[in-house]
Amino acid sequence: MKVRRPKLTFLDRLYLPQILAGMWTTLKHMPRKKFTRQYPEEKFKLLGKYRGAPTLVRNQDGQVKCVSCQLCEFVCPPKAIRVIPGQRDAGAPAEARIEKEPADFIIDMTRCIYCGQCEEVCPEQAIFLKKDFAVTGYKRAELQFHKDKLLELGGVHEDPICKWKKK
Amino acid sequence: MSVETVNLMIDGRAVQAVPGTNLIEAARLAGIEIPHFCYHPQLPIAGNCRMCLVEVGLPQLGPDRKPVLAADGRPRVNFGPKLTIACNTTVSEGMVVLTRTPRVIKARRGVMEFLLINHPLDCPICDQAGECRLQELAVDYGQGCSRFVEEKEHKPKHVVLNAKVTLDDERCVLCSRCVRFMREVAGQDCLGFVKRGSRSTLTCYPGQEPNTNYDLNIVDLCPVGALTSTDFRFRQRVWFLKETRSLCPHCATGCNTLIGSREDVVYRQTPRDNPAVNQCWLCDFGRLNYKFIGDPARLTTPLIGGAGVEWPAAIAHVAERLAAIRTAGGQIAGIGSARATTEELFLFAKLCQGLDSTLLDSVPRSGAADKLLLDTDRNPNMRGAQLTGVASGTPGSRLAEIAAGIARGEIKALLVLGEDVTAAGIGADLLAKLELLVVLAILPGATTQAAHVVLPGAAFAEKGGTFVNAKGRMQQFHPAVAAPGAARAEWQVLSGLLAAVAKDGKKPSPESPSLGTVFATMAAEIPALAGWTLESIGEQGRNL
Ligand code: SF4
Ligand code: SF4
Ligand code: SF4
Ligand code: SF4
Ligand code: FES
Repeated sequence: MKVRRPKLTFLDRLYLPQILAGMWTTLKHMPRKKFTRQYPEEKFKLLGKYRGAPTLVRNQDGQVKCVSCQLCEFVCPPKAIRVIPGQRDAGAPAEARIEKEPADFIIDMTRCIYCGQCEEVCPEQAIFLKKDFAVTGYKRAELQFHKDKLLELGGVHEDPICKWKKK
Repeated sequence: MSVETVNLMIDGRAVQAVPGTNLIEAARLAGIEIPHFCYHPQLPIAGNCRMCLVEVGLPQLGPDRKPVLAADGRPRVNFGPKLTIACNTTVSEGMVVLTRTPRVIKARRGVMEFLLINHPLDCPICDQAGECRLQELAVDYGQGCSRFVEEKEHKPKHVVLNAKVTLDDERCVLCSRCVRFMREVAGQDCLGFVKRGSRSTLTCYPGQEPNTNYDLNIVDLCPVGALTSTDFRFRQRVWFLKETRSLCPHCATGCNTLIGSREDVVYRQTPRDNPAVNQCWLCDFGRLNYKFIGDPARLTTPLIGGAGVEWPAAIAHVAERLAAIRTAGGQIAGIGSARATTEELFLFAKLCQGLDSTLLDSVPRSGAADKLLLDTDRNPNMRGAQLTGVASGTPGSRLAEIAAGIARGEIKALLVLGEDVTAAGIGADLLAKLELLVVLAILPGATTQAAHVVLPGAAFAEKGGTFVNAKGRMQQFHPAVAAPGAARAEWQVLSGLLAAVAKDGKKPSPESPSLGTVFATMAAEIPALAGWTLESIGEQGRNL
């Protein structure tokens, strides 16, 4: 196909009217309200239901709530979770009758997409998405969050039922 | 061939069944599943779970013992006032069975509600979750929420039944499968129920813990997570496990198994049904004997004089050394293993024949048998070794001859396939006299220590192949996990060696043959296997 070039008038070829029109648009915006946010100095205001990085929680007795059922590992779409199931030691107090507890719990923050499926599926209410959205590090290994780190980030979650205690 | 059958109708489908068949099996013939807990085809019928209730009607018979016909010309069927358990009702002529009527569904819902009243909410920590009959049937007939407001009955949890089995009484549905198995099949009447009603509790008689070689079968039999294997406990969820059809390599019975593995780690072995071999049982000795697969000491690289090399270099080195020894007039002997697959033994025999070696044997291995499955011969494939000529006459009878040959200095080279020959009468002092000792092994030992060349092989779960069991049934198994490092299946190594040794001017083809090709070559050369293929053996085996 042959492309026919439009015939330019003298004004078009002068180029100035277009430059001036562009300048005018720019100038019009200068006194208006600014939309740009100075991230990272200026943080986002997060809405109530914002989902950030997943973390693990303890109950009010300091008990790790996760029982390593591995449902979150199964459901996680990008396969970011890896649970190493473990057994709680035999000498544990009676309320620790859950018997099972993760020996390690690894979330690969380079993979996690903050979808919240893990929180949704957890039968023990042990994993919660917090508000952190900027998980950064210098090495990939730093972004493999292990059990201790996840528990530290998660903090305490009140458990009104404590079903394992009643066993 | 007239097997007498009776005709009956199940949910409107005509079924022909042999008299004596119960309704669960008859329905299975028609592709209809009747839910059940206590019934098991290999155990005596208990009829205590009531999950299998169905409506059963019998034709009304006139005084002449002929069915009375209704106005429309069909036999008149009388249904009983109550539902009947399918597991303990046998088929009869003209019977009509309904398994999906509202009455039946209501009964199932009722049974499920009773079962779930005291059932703990343990699924997140229960090893059975994912393959639990109670979970499955709760999806079909459960209610979603409980009407029970009273306190649940609490029973002993994590009871150590014996070193192999852990019991959680709260999860037990009192089906008594385990009781019947221990009494009728394992032959130790040690389990039973104490207390009554909802307090019924499974226990073993004090001081009489199960101590047979079949205890772990009650874990498979238990439809729920009450009995769990201590070995598998909390190690992996079943829905992550990949199941591979395999065989137990620890005795000549050749029990059919399923290997449960995830990401190249074997987590458990469970029995696979084969009426001709092991029914649906597996002995604990074989079941728990898989830990060597993931042993960190496994050999992972070919070694020449203790230094790691690449495969082509190792194969070329062995072929070269063997040729040199033959030219110098030295004898070559081979010791195979009846733990190797038939294909490997065939290739090994062929390799030795190609080297004009007539001294060939395999190492016998025996132990005490038991009444059910375990065989005295602890080699899975002695029949295969005999078939391929690696063992002739009494297995192991030529080992002394080989030892003497080495002592006299006549035998200069020894090829060992998967055995520690120092335990079979050829000590380290004799091995030190050899000019060339080539060992294919998976774990280091005294023989690999003395070896000039070590070629790392694959464990049974890492390769495919066939075994011939004591009764002469050839069965095949499949690879479940990958071999560690550079280790390779022995049949691949032997194919490579064979090609390198036979090097008649031709370059060995760069593509290694498939297991099917090796089997085809073997079938063509061994008369007993004429016309056989791996497919014709199938998953249940084929008798020689
Ligand atoms: S939030 Fe989604 S992606 Fe992240 S760990 Fe949970 S399930 Fe996986
Ligand atoms: S966080 Fe919840 S879903 Fe994940 S393993 Fe633990 S208990 Fe199971
Ligand atoms: S036995 Fe079945 S239903 Fe009961 S806790 Fe275990 S998995 Fe859940
Ligand atoms: S422990 Fe399992 S097999 Fe034994 S009675 Fe209870 S549910 Fe049945
Ligand atoms: S299966 Fe028939 S009563 Fe249990």
